[in-house]
Order: sequence, then structure tokens, then C-alpha cells
Amino acid sequence: MQLVVSGDPDLLEIIGLSLRVSLSAMLISCLVGLPIGALVAVLRFPGRGAVLVLMNSLMGLPPVVVGLLIYLMLSNAGPLGVLQLLYTPTAMIIAQSVLITPIIAALSRQVLEDLHNEYAEQFRSLSVPTHTAIGALLWDARFSLLTVALAGFGRAVAEVGAVIIVGGNIAHLTRVMTTAIALETSKGDLALAMALGILLLAIAITINASVMGLRATAARYAYA
Amino acid sequence: MLEAVNRTALGADARAAEGSAPPHLMPMRARGLALEVKGKRLIDGLDLDLSGGAITMIMGPNGAGKSLLLRLLHGLIAPTSGSITWSGAPLTEAMRRRQAMVFQRPVLLRRSVAANIDFVLRLRRAADPAKRDQILDHIGLLAQAKQPARLLSGGEQQRLALARALALEPDVLFLDEPTASLDPASTLRIEEIVQEAQARGTKLVFVTHDVGQAKRLAGDIVFMHRGRVVEHAPAKQFLEQPGTEQGRDFLAGRIVL
Repeated sequence: MQLVVSGDPDLLEIIGLSLRVSLSAMLISCLVGLPIGALVAVLRFPGRGAVLVLMNSLMGLPPVVVGLLIYLMLSNAGPLGVLQLLYTPTAMIIAQSVLITPIIAALSRQVLEDLHNEYAEQFRSLSVPTHTAIGALLWDARFSLLTVALAGFGRAVAEVGAVIIVGGNIAHLTRVMTTAIALETSKGDLALAMALGILLLAIAITINASVMGLRATAARYAYA
Repeated sequence: MLEAVNRTALGADARAAEGSAPPHLMPMRARGLALEVKGKRLIDGLDLDLSGGAITMIMGPNGAGKSLLLRLLHGLIAPTSGSITWSGAPLTEAMRRRQAMVFQRPVLLRRSVAANIDFVLRLRRAADPAKRDQILDHIGLLAQAKQPARLLSGGEQQRLALARALALEPDVLFLDEPTASLDPASTLRIEEIVQEAQARGTKLVFVTHDVGQAKRLAGDIVFMHRGRVVEHAPAKQFLEQPGTEQGRDFLAGRIVL
């Protein structure tokens, strides 16, 4: 508990990096996943059913497998080795982005498809072009999509398998809360591991509560 | 002056005023129109001719195919067979943009009242806050411009949906029982707006169950039964001397099977 309230610089650094990596991954995944979700929600094309199955299946990607694949891509012998990104926060952001993009795409597809079903006939009547319809759906569902983004963030910030493979858990460089917890547990410093765990939970609860509050406000004004 | 404002506000066709209006979509001709869903024939070889001018009311018992007919005419669903022509040509996307439709349950965007009008004005590349405010003022919703549209009363929501459709300055406006669940005051206001639109030259095709409404608004009445048009006559003639047994039963309030 003392550690939690002490403002220890090393701890703050770990927390800061955790948030930076996971928020960056969430933003990148939203930029990629939301348009994919919207396109699949609005368009009807051959093989759409198979795409839905794939999107939903990818939500369960095993983190260690993703970590291994990114490791192979970024290692010196890999196709992206020249970028020298292995064991950097960027590599961790890439791994988390790969993990949570399917989550954001699949969940947003469901949210946007429900709204599209409501709007579809009116949009056809108004001859709304597809790109305008997608923009309108993304905007009108923005509060529901916040929850989707939050689900992605939750998965990212709690993830350990992929980031430890591509980040290496290097002190002052790639050590984040989950990898620090794993390390301290393996060293037998359970008190420190528990303190870090409490902090991680507190951060998750704070962010969730903020978004829930925002959604409740939106619902009160019939925008959600 | 007020009339001039209203004409601009609710879709007076500026192109027509400039003498550059494209040919009007009317007349409409449907021949052998059929719609079959899961083996059930919902529209059954329907023939119908509509001309411009007076308000056409489509009436008939539940399940007669009135709403489906509107959707077929507006191109929202494709017929299984048969043809529909507008001014002699099949409906194109460009022609459909000169039509609009108001649904029984208004579908409003999850935005403010003003943003709902802005959305359609932007679609027609005519976004103009002054024009939007004129439209809202005309339908009595300017004071609620910043309110979420979904918090309006049922009558206000339907007025907004109607204003949004008329902001498109359509040649043809389809209305699918727009006053079905509204109070008398809201119904009256909707009818006033509809009549103003008709006076400006918009062709209105209006589904209703309400015989009183037909008496107030209709120029001609299309009476449907089991997916067919069984009678199409001037309103006065249909309402006073219906030419079919189904029409007589309907007007007498008897159940039409």
C-alpha cells in the first residue's frame, strides 16, 4: 500500500509506459478496426458470412502466438528486421494492436449493424451514399463505440504474453505493469506484485467508470 | 411575404422558378406488378396509373399491400415481376433522388433536431443554417433546434421527419400512415404541411386508414385488397358511391376479409 501511495518514480514510469502502449494500441486499432467493422456492417457481398466467422474467431487470438509472429517479423532475420523495433515500446504497440484490432472490428460491426438496420430503409430512401452512411453510423454510434474501444483497451492493458515476447521486459525501456507483475511474482516479491495488480485494477476501474458516466449522459440525451 | 418564406423553407423548387426544372416525374404507370416473398404473393399483378396534381390516397384493410406498394413505387424493394415507369422511363437513382418518403414510425438520426435537417441539406449540397432555421421555424420546431430529436413528442418527431423529406424538394412524396399514432392537433399540423407541399406542386401518395383524412385531403383514392387495386376513383366518387363490395364494406366499417 505504501508503494501505491509513495509516488515511486520507477513505478510511475511503468504505469506511464503501460498507459502509453495500451492507449496507442487502442487508437491504432480503432483507426483500423472501426472502418472494417463499419464496412462489414453496411456492405453485402459474397463470403460475408465467412468474414464474420473469421472476425469473431480472431477475437480469441492467443497472445503468445501473436507475440511469436511479431517477434519473427521484427527480429533481425525477419522481413521487418531492418526497422530494429524488437524490444522497443513500438514493438509492444504493434503486438497489442494486432491482438485488439479484431476485437474492435467484430464488436463495432455488431453495434453498427444494429444501428444500420434501423437506418437502412431511411438511408435508401434518401439515396445516402455508402461512405456517407458509414460516417453517419460511426458518428451516431459514437457512445456505444466508446465501450467497444474500452473493451479493446481492457484487453491490451491486461495483456502479458505478447508484450513480454516482443518487449523483453527491459527495465526503464519496455517494462509495463503486467510484465512487472510477472517478474516480481517469479522473484517471490508477492507484495510488490500485488501492489502493481491493485494499481492496474484501479486504472481499469477509473477508465471504465469514466466511459460509463459518459455513456449514461449520452443515453439520457437519447444520443446512445 | 410569409408565403414567400414558406416556399423557400419547405422546398419550393428554385429550379422551377428559374425555368430550368427537369421534367416532372409524373405520370407513374405500374403494369403487372407482383411481389412474392417466401412463396407468398403479397402484390398480385397490380396495375396502377397516377398523374400529378391531387393527393392520391391509398386505402384498404390491413395486409392489403399498401405499404409494400409505396416501397415498390419508391424503389426501396424490387418487384418480382412487372414494371414501373415514371414519366415513361424506369426509375433511376437520379429520379429516386427526386422522391422522398415519410415512414409510419419516423426514423430520426441520434442527433439534434437541427442536425437532422442539416444531414439532408448536406446530402443535396445545400447546407445552409439560415435555410435550416427557416424550415424549423415553419414546422414550429425552431425553439427545439438544439434538442435531441429523439426526445421530441411523437407528433414533433413526425413533423421533423416530414420537414426533412420536404427539405429535399421532392417531385413525389410518399407518406406511409404518417399520422397513424398522432393526436388530433399533430395530425392537423401534418395535414396542413402536406397540403402546402401539394399546393407547391409536389405529388403526394399517402397511405391512410382514416376515412375522415381521406375526405379532407384526397383527390383520388386507390383502394387495395389482397395485393391488388380493386378500385381507383376520384375521392368523392369512391367515398360516396364505392364501386366494389370491398370498398363499401371498408367505408361502412365492416371487416374486409
